[in-house]
Amino acid sequence: MSIAEMANAAAGLAQFSPAPSLLEIGDSFWLSAVLKIAVVLAVFFVVPLVVGYMEHKVMGHQQARLGPMEAGPHGSLQLVADGIKFIQKEDLIPSAADKWVFAIAPGVAMVPAILIFLVLPLGPGIWGVDFELGLFYALAVGSVTTLGILMGGWASANKFSLIGGLRAAAQLIAYELPLILAGIAVALQAGTLSLVGIVEAQSTFFIPGTEINLWYLFPQILGFGIFFIAAMAELARPPFDMPIADSELVFGYMTEYTGIKYAMYMLTEYAGMVSMSALMVVLYLGGWQLLPGVPMPGCGGSGNIFDCNALGVGLGVAVTLGKIMLLTFLMVWARTTYPRLREDQLQRFSWLVLVPLSLLNLAIIAVAKGVF
Amino acid sequence: MTGHDLAFLVVALVTGGGALLTVTSKNLVHAALFLAVTLSGIAGVFLVLAADFVALVQLVVYVGAVAVLFLFGLMLTRAPIGREALDNQNRGLGIAVSGGLFVVLSVLVIGAFGGTTAAEVGGPRVGDIGMVIFNTWVLPFEVLSMLLLAALIGAILLARRETGDSGEEQAPTRIDMGTAPSMEAERMARLEGGDDQAELTAGGDPGPAAGRGEGRA
Repeated sequence: MSIAEMANAAAGLAQFSPAPSLLEIGDSFWLSAVLKIAVVLAVFFVVPLVVGYMEHKVMGHQQARLGPMEAGPHGSLQLVADGIKFIQKEDLIPSAADKWVFAIAPGVAMVPAILIFLVLPLGPGIWGVDFELGLFYALAVGSVTTLGILMGGWASANKFSLIGGLRAAAQLIAYELPLILAGIAVALQAGTLSLVGIVEAQSTFFIPGTEINLWYLFPQILGFGIFFIAAMAELARPPFDMPIADSELVFGYMTEYTGIKYAMYMLTEYAGMVSMSALMVVLYLGGWQLLPGVPMPGCGGSGNIFDCNALGVGLGVAVTLGKIMLLTFLMVWARTTYPRLREDQLQRFSWLVLVPLSLLNLAIIAVAKGVF
Repeated sequence: MTGHDLAFLVVALVTGGGALLTVTSKNLVHAALFLAVTLSGIAGVFLVLAADFVALVQLVVYVGAVAVLFLFGLMLTRAPIGREALDNQNRGLGIAVSGGLFVVLSVLVIGAFGGTTAAEVGGPRVGDIGMVIFNTWVLPFEVLSMLLLAALIGAILLARRETGDSGEEQAPTRIDMGTAPSMEAERMARLEGGDDQAELTAGGDPGPAAGRGEGRA
């Protein structure tokens, strides 16, 4: 018996067995893989478009105007029209640019944004894989996007782009720390890093001594606030859009990009909004659970939210998407409400406010976990 | 040849090729980007060896942080990041050091794991890794974190030092903003001192240094 096994036995740790995905087709590895890739790509390309349209309309109405109205009913096809326009545009590369790095950079930014969707549970059984390290995987893969942004900023051979890329790198590194620390607190409380496991842990978490079921939003309201702010900063969304800062830097690292490459950067941002919101839904808002303590119709299993029939699966996906839309709506609301931070305020806010607070949050959760 | 071997071959070629290009490319930023490719390749090697936790740590620490900080440092300082063709003349020394390291590591690794076959390779679970680190290896783990802390303090000391190596007092580098105050505290101090001009922050009235705009590159 090795040391690891002894430690394991002493701690009484159960072996991790991944929850099965409904996207498995029999025993066929390749068919299942193709179906999973199709689902992930469909979510990656469609949901960000819906979020983008929601942003157009919400920003419009909050600023006492209508937003897009011409393309489709109430402008609902505006982003499809934009997409067609981006594809038609000439692919301009500045003559001083480093052509290879310039061309690869949007892809380096976008591919990690796609890969995150592989582990996000969208409903009972609707996930690519239930990876044991799901939460860590999502945060680790997302950190590679920084490299794509920095590459684009440098390769453009433009001082605005370079400054934008530098700001992006400094900002993403600064806000990654509170993001990961807030995530660690959730993993600590749930006792697992698997995203499906975290949803399950929330459906079976009760206030000590009672039978009242709670989502992690309530014990970890501080962590949720930190995660939400840090997520907005990670995505360089206003009021944290210093890397783009259109009044100072033209359009930051995207200044020289046109056509489909520019669209790839934009898609990265909006897909990032969706994946960060989905992570928050999983970590703090009980995943596809309708309300805390309410069993899903047509479902059984642990916490009455697994082993669902078709109704339960459909309802679960709808609930998850609804929560994602709610969180992205909050992000848009923050955008129209707050002015952009200055670079030094931005850095100070992360290192002097968010990091200490997230450490405090972690300490509180660790002590509470030990006591109860 | 199994699929496992094939995956290892692809990852190894990417890693090795990236490493070669890192030392042969003449552009500093390209070298740093190839280094990022090499580091991702090493993450891939860990993945092929079923050590998924180590692979993700490699990705988040080396690709997401170290490589990004490398590039960040290059772009923020006066490093040559343009189109200069750089060449380091220390080829002999470089070959000697890396060759020696290669021989030492090969002997050690083959000596330690030479008899293990691919079928026996299975990564430990993340729970096991945590248990072992915080039970058996907790002292080395804490000592290592002290080492990182020392490096952190050293870096801050170097960055904040205002005296150069020669021991002479050197003024910290300042960005020329004309006579306008460059910091908020300075502006407030001047306002209290009765300087009306201080109402304008940097970018307002260029002051006596007006006209320096022509000299701008």
